[in-house]
Amino acid sequence: MDLVTRLARSATAIAGPLLFVEGVRSARLGEMVWIRLDAGESRRGQVIELSETHAVIQVLEETRGIRPARAEVAFTGRMATLPVARQMLGRTFNGTGEPLDGLPPVVPEAVLPIAGSAINIVRRERPSEFIETGVSAIDGLNTLVRGQKLPIFSGAGLPAHALAAQIVREARVRTGEPFAVVFAAIGIPFREADYYLHAFEGSGAQERTVVFLNLADDPTIERLMTPRCALTTAEFLAFTHGMHVLVVLTDMTNYCEALREVALAREEIPGRRGYPGYMYTDLASLYERAGKIRGRAGSVTQLPILSMPDDDITHPIPDLTGYITEGQIVLSRALEQKRLFPPIDVLPSLSRLMNLGIGGERTREDHRAVADQLYAFYARGRDVRRMAAIVGEAGLGDDERALLAFADRFEAEFVGQGDARRSIEETLEVGWRLLGAFPPEALTRIGRALIERYRPQGETDGAGAVDADGAARHPGAPAGGAAGGRAAPEQA
Amino acid sequence: MPGSSAGSIVRVSGPTVVAEGLEGVALNEVVRVGRDGLLGEVIRIRGGQATLQVYEETAGLVLGEPVDATGEPLAVELGPGLLGQVVDGIERPLDALAARTGDFIVRGVMHPALDRQRRWHFVPRVDPGDQLQGGAVAGVVQETASLVHRILVPPGLSGRVRAVTPGDATVTDPILVLEDGRTLSMLQRWPVRQRRPFLRRLTPERPFLTGQRVLDVFFPIAAGGTAIVPGGFGTGKTVLEQTLAKFAAADVIVYVGCGERGNEMTDVLAEFPRLKDPRTGSPLMERTVLVVNTSNMPVAAREASIYTGITLAEYFRDMSYQVALMVDSTSRWAEALREISARLSEMPGEEGYPTYLATRLGQFYERAGRVVPLSGDGEGAVTVTGAVSPPGGDFSEPVTQASLRVAGALWALTTDLAHRRHFPAIDWTQSFTLYADRLAAWFEHEVGEEWASLRQEAMRLLERERELQEIVQLVGLEAMQDQERIVLEAARLLREGFLRQNAFHDVDAACLPAKSLAMLRTILHFARRAAASIERGAPLRAILAAGLDEPLLRLGEVPGERMEAAGAALVAEIDDTLARVGGR
Repeated sequence: MDLVTRLARSATAIAGPLLFVEGVRSARLGEMVWIRLDAGESRRGQVIELSETHAVIQVLEETRGIRPARAEVAFTGRMATLPVARQMLGRTFNGTGEPLDGLPPVVPEAVLPIAGSAINIVRRERPSEFIETGVSAIDGLNTLVRGQKLPIFSGAGLPAHALAAQIVREARVRTGEPFAVVFAAIGIPFREADYYLHAFEGSGAQERTVVFLNLADDPTIERLMTPRCALTTAEFLAFTHGMHVLVVLTDMTNYCEALREVALAREEIPGRRGYPGYMYTDLASLYERAGKIRGRAGSVTQLPILSMPDDDITHPIPDLTGYITEGQIVLSRALEQKRLFPPIDVLPSLSRLMNLGIGGERTREDHRAVADQLYAFYARGRDVRRMAAIVGEAGLGDDERALLAFADRFEAEFVGQGDARRSIEETLEVGWRLLGAFPPEALTRIGRALIERYRPQGETDGAGAVDADGAARHPGAPAGGAAGGRAAPEQA
Repeated sequence: MPGSSAGSIVRVSGPTVVAEGLEGVALNEVVRVGRDGLLGEVIRIRGGQATLQVYEETAGLVLGEPVDATGEPLAVELGPGLLGQVVDGIERPLDALAARTGDFIVRGVMHPALDRQRRWHFVPRVDPGDQLQGGAVAGVVQETASLVHRILVPPGLSGRVRAVTPGDATVTDPILVLEDGRTLSMLQRWPVRQRRPFLRRLTPERPFLTGQRVLDVFFPIAAGGTAIVPGGFGTGKTVLEQTLAKFAAADVIVYVGCGERGNEMTDVLAEFPRLKDPRTGSPLMERTVLVVNTSNMPVAAREASIYTGITLAEYFRDMSYQVALMVDSTSRWAEALREISARLSEMPGEEGYPTYLATRLGQFYERAGRVVPLSGDGEGAVTVTGAVSPPGGDFSEPVTQASLRVAGALWALTTDLAHRRHFPAIDWTQSFTLYADRLAAWFEHEVGEEWASLRQEAMRLLERERELQEIVQLVGLEAMQDQERIVLEAARLLREGFLRQNAFHDVDAACLPAKSLAMLRTILHFARRAAASIERGAPLRAILAAGLDEPLLRLGEVPGERMEAAGAALVAEIDDTLARVGGR
């Protein structure tokens, strides 16, 4: 550590979150600085650009009250680092890693740069272990595996928090290996953060959880540090202590907005919707910090949550995220309006690593085929529903009626399970029960041997059991007779 | 003299650095930046200042740190030992880096791409007294069980051979001495941004067989051709590119993972050594070179990675091999270009991309081609398939549009098909190929005379389905005539049984043209006969309930060698069944 702190009193300008200091020849790109105000108060910043005339400092805290002419800038010579230790489990920190729980700072086992380094891909281990979340739409159709990064694409008012809390609660490692949760709140309101904290407490996961809190009224620019602190901690717990770490980052939309704020303050040429052109690279520097390393016991699994502005999946934030992450879980307002929980729209949802985590030894041999068949029928059922909205139910043939009824039952029974937990076997049983509405020869995505082994015996299970009328003509109407009503706990 | 020009840093912003005092430095010259000697390249010279793009993380740099010019442009090492390698965007071998610095990539570490210790058995093809020209084959090395590495005289070099040293040698040992005293080793270097020379271009008239039915039958490209694969996220670009790398008919595959996911490349690394090359029986990895610069690795090296990849491909082409280059994804390359351009404060073009985006893409794709190499011996080809990741899946964006102007084929992936889990999610209405006419002769001659006519018939059927679907959306299926409904059913079988292909099924994953033709013949036979039965008054319901769809949908699972017989049996069954259900 460089103990020689250099001082400069040559700050000349402040613009948004940026402070411009003149004539600093010895600053390092990326080093941390302290900005001392005349009132004796100090604020933190980071050098983000160097030139002959000036250094640009990104102020990580409130800039209100900074008088450039009177400010004293101390260059520490240190890059942004975080002291880490196993003791952090059960503790709460602010968005830059300082204790918030009134307890003394942790005794560090290591001090790590929060920027992280890329894992050399020849040392990456291929993720392959199934994580049972207890949620059918995920376990059955979009399976999560250890070391994956699987975001939840949410929208204003959709219960991403309830789903994430349920996954954290249920996604325990069944084999008894050590696990931990690292939770980073990025610019979310207290109400939401409080919901998560209570959920962790209620599940007994609290003493295995490290919390980093940057709330909606905390400094915006601090949000650029928060996920990096969380991931640095997660990597340490995973790769030094051999724990299986689940990282929840919420809400990445707030992170991206902080990124945009800095970029525009630097007068950079804006990209789509004003977000900087390097947002893909910047997001990748976070999301790519998931995975497993050969020869090391632990893993980092990421569950980032983001709000799609106006439910628009083509907005740059979900769009770039989807290009980096290994799939996405997409929440649907239409299902939410039917009071189904979790309201996961399985068609745009995807887990790219699913095939690595399922099959004979991991889940069950029929898993892939059942998932494909459910997808195929549901996609066609949705087409029929769209068509029925135009031509009316009378214009439908028997096959189409069966598909429509299947789509309704699939949403109500398979996806809308409520907050009950389902094992993977139970999930597949529900799937087979729904497929029972079709004759065996219609199940073209499933091999004959699997059909013989797993298809419930007996004739086709009344395809028209669910009254589909309402749902078909008015997609917003509640589906009748569903197994799972909305069971998401109300927010505190 | 290289290394003599010392400058110092006057500005740092992200991956770009400005240095002063680099007198006489050339554009695109490689420099070593700062005390750690980070690798960089000169991208602008103005007044006494040179702007550099740095291939490694720049955090920690201080103004005034030294910058040294090397006198050389960015170049790659070429020679035996490339196959099976995994290198980063500037050809650093990732295995060797891991051995030196551990599980994470550390900056400032250089390592040559080719192993300096390993010995190769060199068998000369020239004798003392022979006159050699650049590109000539000086000798051969059996690099892998199935590939002979031809040691080429570097382009531009010529002379008479004085002595030859056969036997085991490292890549730097002299293997030839020329009369003027110059020596040749198996190692040569080539600047990545410069196309390797060849004797002449050849007309693309042979197909690049991919093993994907929808591509080989409907949208084939020529060996030496180019195709772009745009698609929103989750449409299966990477799975398609990897499937091509596995099953495409090529001697050598160069796969560039440009700004994409680490776990995906791990997947390739786990699978390719296990999978067998269908043509030679050797592990796939032995015909593959991976150039990997994942999204979290430095952006400037990502920009360089596609040039590194195509230079390696050209080198194998010059040995008269069929080479396929996959780039996943060119959009990430374009974004790297955009980021660097923005740091230079260049006036932006569309969506912030630099105005020279289309020119650079054009120059890149034009390095593909089927050629007679300098050796004059046979022919080689570089076929390029580039994935494109349009924001929001919107193809009107600049990278897709600029690529379309140069590529010979468009394999468009759509979200709608992907959501239905119809893979490969190639949209047959939007995709096109400009090679079809030139390749028709080959297919008719090599596969079957009905090739073109069946292909036409299948495309017409899909077109007819699209028209009918528009009506169905308005009036419902029940209101359609039986003649129309049987067309819809036949089109469904074509889509689900033929166009759809399961990349994860042992048999279905790859399909040779002969099998494709037999499948098409069978499915279209059903289409024709069923329509005829309806005309003769057979009830639609009976045809639909006859259970013919299941075997037709499972044709892809029939192994290629049994396809001809299975197809014929099914044709007979179709005839019998339709005769039974009615219509005299």
